[in-house]
Amino acid sequence: MITPEDIDKLSNLSRIEVSEEEKISFSKEIDSILEYVGQISELASESGETEQTSSVRNVFRQDENPHESGLYTETLLKEAPDSQDGFVKVKKILSHD
Amino acid sequence: MIDLNNLSIKRAKDSFEKGEYSPSELVSEYLNVIEEKNPQINAYLEVFRDDALSQAKEAEKKIKDGTSGKLSGIPLAVKDNILIEGKIASASSKILSSFTAPYNATAIERLKKEGAIFLGRTNMDEFAMGSSTENSAYGPTKNPLDESRVPGGSSGGSAAAVAMNGALAGLGTDTGGSVRQPASFCGKVGFKPTYGAISRYGLIAMGSSLDQLGTITNTVDDAEKLFSIMKGKDPMDSTSYYPEEKKAKDGALTIGIPRELFDGLSKDVLENVESAINKFRDLGYKILDIELPSAKNALAVYYILMPAEVSSNLARFDGVKYGLHKEGEDLLDEYLKTRGEGFGKEVRRRIMLGTYVLSAGYSDAYYRKALSVQKLIQKEYEKSFEKVDLVLTPTTPTPAFSIGEKTSDPLQMYLADVFTVPANISGNPSISLPNGTVPCGEKSLPLGVQLISSNYAEDTLFRAGKDFLGE
Repeated sequence: MITPEDIDKLSNLSRIEVSEEEKISFSKEIDSILEYVGQISELASESGETEQTSSVRNVFRQDENPHESGLYTETLLKEAPDSQDGFVKVKKILSHD
Repeated sequence: MIDLNNLSIKRAKDSFEKGEYSPSELVSEYLNVIEEKNPQINAYLEVFRDDALSQAKEAEKKIKDGTSGKLSGIPLAVKDNILIEGKIASASSKILSSFTAPYNATAIERLKKEGAIFLGRTNMDEFAMGSSTENSAYGPTKNPLDESRVPGGSSGGSAAAVAMNGALAGLGTDTGGSVRQPASFCGKVGFKPTYGAISRYGLIAMGSSLDQLGTITNTVDDAEKLFSIMKGKDPMDSTSYYPEEKKAKDGALTIGIPRELFDGLSKDVLENVESAINKFRDLGYKILDIELPSAKNALAVYYILMPAEVSSNLARFDGVKYGLHKEGEDLLDEYLKTRGEGFGKEVRRRIMLGTYVLSAGYSDAYYRKALSVQKLIQKEYEKSFEKVDLVLTPTTPTPAFSIGEKTSDPLQMYLADVFTVPANISGNPSISLPNGTVPCGEKSLPLGVQLISSNYAEDTLFRAGKDFLGE
């Protein structure tokens, strides 16, 4: 059972602000979705199929021939909401207290 | 007047060669239709009028010089989550409303090289999350065949653009049916290749292990032509791959019918599927009943794996690197506000759902279990393709539903993808072919029939599709 308190926790983990009203509707909706997807719990154990690996394989390559440093800086920084001296600008992360 | 109805790449190119009309005239004709119909349908979020006209002029010159590419003068609609350099790519989200693409998606680059013209960017469910295009931050798209109904989704804008004669073909992305389902609802051909067949570089990611670029076209031949240009290894996407050797087989083909999955379908839809099966039988195809016992669980698997990937993929939208930024007291507060206000309801729902299924104590019960069932489904399909060349199902359990009909119940909306999701979970290529109409109130609405083939056997899909549509 997903409660509005659970949504509170999930919204914090996901860094998403959710209103009190929406916490109630989200809890009901996510609860019903989880109930639906829960159907697989029995199936998987019945099959005894517990491997997690897929047939998809990693493709590796050498990390070489880097592009000239700064080549895309200006273009990419243009999309940043705030920047200074070639850097993305954010509010202070570590505080002294 | 150019007859835009069911126009194909081949026919347009023939007309260019014969001088019946020029690329400029064709582009102008499409722009006129868009101007007339788009305010009502809302298929396009933005139309690249000037660019399209100048590209058409260029195409004309190349055709005259004999230096034209395979798609010179062919006008396409592009879903708003595929990057075109210098154009906004918002994924129909507020959080990216002003994001300008700094580079071209590989698929765009390859189409452009062959002379394709991009008419504009089309509406979609926000970040491709939805089955009706109602989850767009820029208003829903309407189905051109019945404006009280949805065009399907999430590539509903591209499907509607093609269906209203607002583009010759459309590009979309298909994570759980987002190309095939709207194609079915709009009476067009919807094609999703094998996972990894087309580079995902320059696509705004949703579920990276499931996402694949696809096409919405009037003909199977158009899907094949566009695919042959876009497919293949791209150094910018390490999951992209396409084998050199041919995987499709020659000779008579066998179609497998997983009847167990048809339980609960309405009489009209069942009759529609039977008509397709009979048509294939008449065309000389062998029909065989098969079992795919785990395929019915694919949707449940999908709604665990996809949100899990969504929750990590969409972590990048933080109001720092690009897109919307909301001021807050500190950095954390800015994250909370930016993402709270920038993402729509369905996106927030899926991020939180994904966070839940990945969280400590639940990831074994949900995420890891879903991966093991995915493996089971993949094996079942693999085994079926030892016996049959194609698997046939309806594309959708119903024709286009009414606008607003499913918006209050997310689970009901998810069930619209029950037939398309398995091919994303298994990774197999799949095509939706228009298969006439079914009665729906006072109207008749199109319905698609879906074919799935083994990996990299796209040619088998194209061959069967052409047989079916008489191309």
